[in-house]
Amino acid sequence: MLAAAGTASAAAQTPAAPAAPPPSQINAAVGTGSKFQPPPESAIPNNDFGKMVRLGRDIMVDTPKYAKAYVGNSLSCVNCHTDGGRMAGSAPMWAAYVSYPAYRAKNKKVNTFEERLQGCFMYSENGKAPPLGSEPLVALESYAYWLSTGLPVDEKTPGRGYPALAKAAQAPDYVRGQKVYAQSCAICHGADGQGQYVDGKTVFPPLWGDKSFNWGAGMGSVKNAAEFIHANMPYGQSYSLTPQQAWDVAYFMDAQERPQDPRWTGTVAGTRAKYHDSPFSLYGTKVNGKLLGDTGAPKAR
Amino acid sequence: MTRSIPSRPFLWRCAVSLGVLAASAALPAMAATAADPASCAACHGANGMGNAAAGYPRLAGLPKAYIEAQLKAFADGQRNNALMSAMAKPLSAADIAHLAAYYSGLHLGEAPLAKAPSAEQAALGETLVHQGDWSKGIPACIRCHGPGLEGVGTVFPPLLGQPAAYIEAQIKAWKEGTRRGDPQALMQTVALRMSDAQTQAAAAWLAAQPVPGPKAAAPAKKAH
Repeated sequence: MLAAAGTASAAAQTPAAPAAPPPSQINAAVGTGSKFQPPPESAIPNNDFGKMVRLGRDIMVDTPKYAKAYVGNSLSCVNCHTDGGRMAGSAPMWAAYVSYPAYRAKNKKVNTFEERLQGCFMYSENGKAPPLGSEPLVALESYAYWLSTGLPVDEKTPGRGYPALAKAAQAPDYVRGQKVYAQSCAICHGADGQGQYVDGKTVFPPLWGDKSFNWGAGMGSVKNAAEFIHANMPYGQSYSLTPQQAWDVAYFMDAQERPQDPRWTGTVAGTRAKYHDSPFSLYGTKVNGKLLGDTGAPKAR
Repeated sequence: MTRSIPSRPFLWRCAVSLGVLAASAALPAMAATAADPASCAACHGANGMGNAAAGYPRLAGLPKAYIEAQLKAFADGQRNNALMSAMAKPLSAADIAHLAAYYSGLHLGEAPLAKAPSAEQAALGETLVHQGDWSKGIPACIRCHGPGLEGVGTVFPPLLGQPAAYIEAQIKAWKEGTRRGDPQALMQTVALRMSDAQTQAAAAWLAAQPVPGPKAAAPAKKAH
């Protein structure tokens, strides 16, 4: 009977229930119209090709471990390609696979799929390009090819890249972005943006600084980052931020210092003029009185 | 009313404990003070190992800040549990800090709590833990709780060494709204998407894993 009294008393003192979880979608795919389902991992064949597919999957999920020689930071492919590159609206590997070869303004030439993968290692992974035909590229290409089973070649495949985001009503703003960051991102990525590790393994990736992507990475574009964040962040709460919040927090993230662009021309102004002449790049601009990218030549690794 | 006499809250809590525990656990030490771990030992075990049969969670080796946050959540009703709310409400901030420091400093044994579930359930559980089920909006457990499920920082607790019944009960509590206060409702969001079969499989698989030793269970550190 005492226990019963305790229950009643506890109930009486329970404060008004806090708000339910923020409205969100189950995943990034919801906002893309994609109907494509890559095959399940259980369908990876048990042969030499399947071994290469599995290695590709492993590289996606733990890049510093499985492609160590080509990685210069703490990030893995899966940090920007949710569900090991399977998720529509999170730059899925299957949609990329059926979109190459393609011309890229980034290096002003037609790139093969392997060359596109090299870019990820040079910029997002702040490392160096695995040689064409080397095992990491063969593995990733095998994995992407296998994921795209049944998908027609089409550079406009629904679900490719990150879903387009409405233009911000107000110009993206550092101070508003900082507030969004503190409320919605810092719990995982840390108040200082440096991520969290367990025994040296990255759990939550660093978003800026020496261990993050460099100035040449796609995520350094405020537009790209805003689209990724809106559809994929906070983890498990896709589309819970407003478009304005996504733009603001992407601006805040991309207004921090990070490793030099490996395409460095010798000056910040020259590198900006050649590679960052876009309203979505803050490289070579002054934010809070500090010239971004003014860190000298890329560090050798 | 029970608070008017300083010695009564504890006795009252003991009575609550006994009522709930029935015959399943040892008597709490009646001489314990409010913040004495002996008050907790009846359910959580002498060394904070928990009680797998009864579904009482391990406390040993949980991050200090996590234990503090849970005691505060029990006291303010964000975690709604008659027994634990009654235990937590009389505790002062100093008591909470003392208990949290004590239990966070203990180490778990390494033996799994439970036998492996059926092959089918183990496969479902392991897949959820390591890959999630993104078609239902369920990220892999390891993405936030760490690659070895050892916990990350102070808000993402270790998942190993917990009884399956406890893990299942927590998912249910989030679904029913009797457990709240997790940062940004990140876990509640996921729990609401988990089916009963998924919950049971993940809990059964987790409870059947060996627990990493003290080194692997150390709090998250900054690398480099």
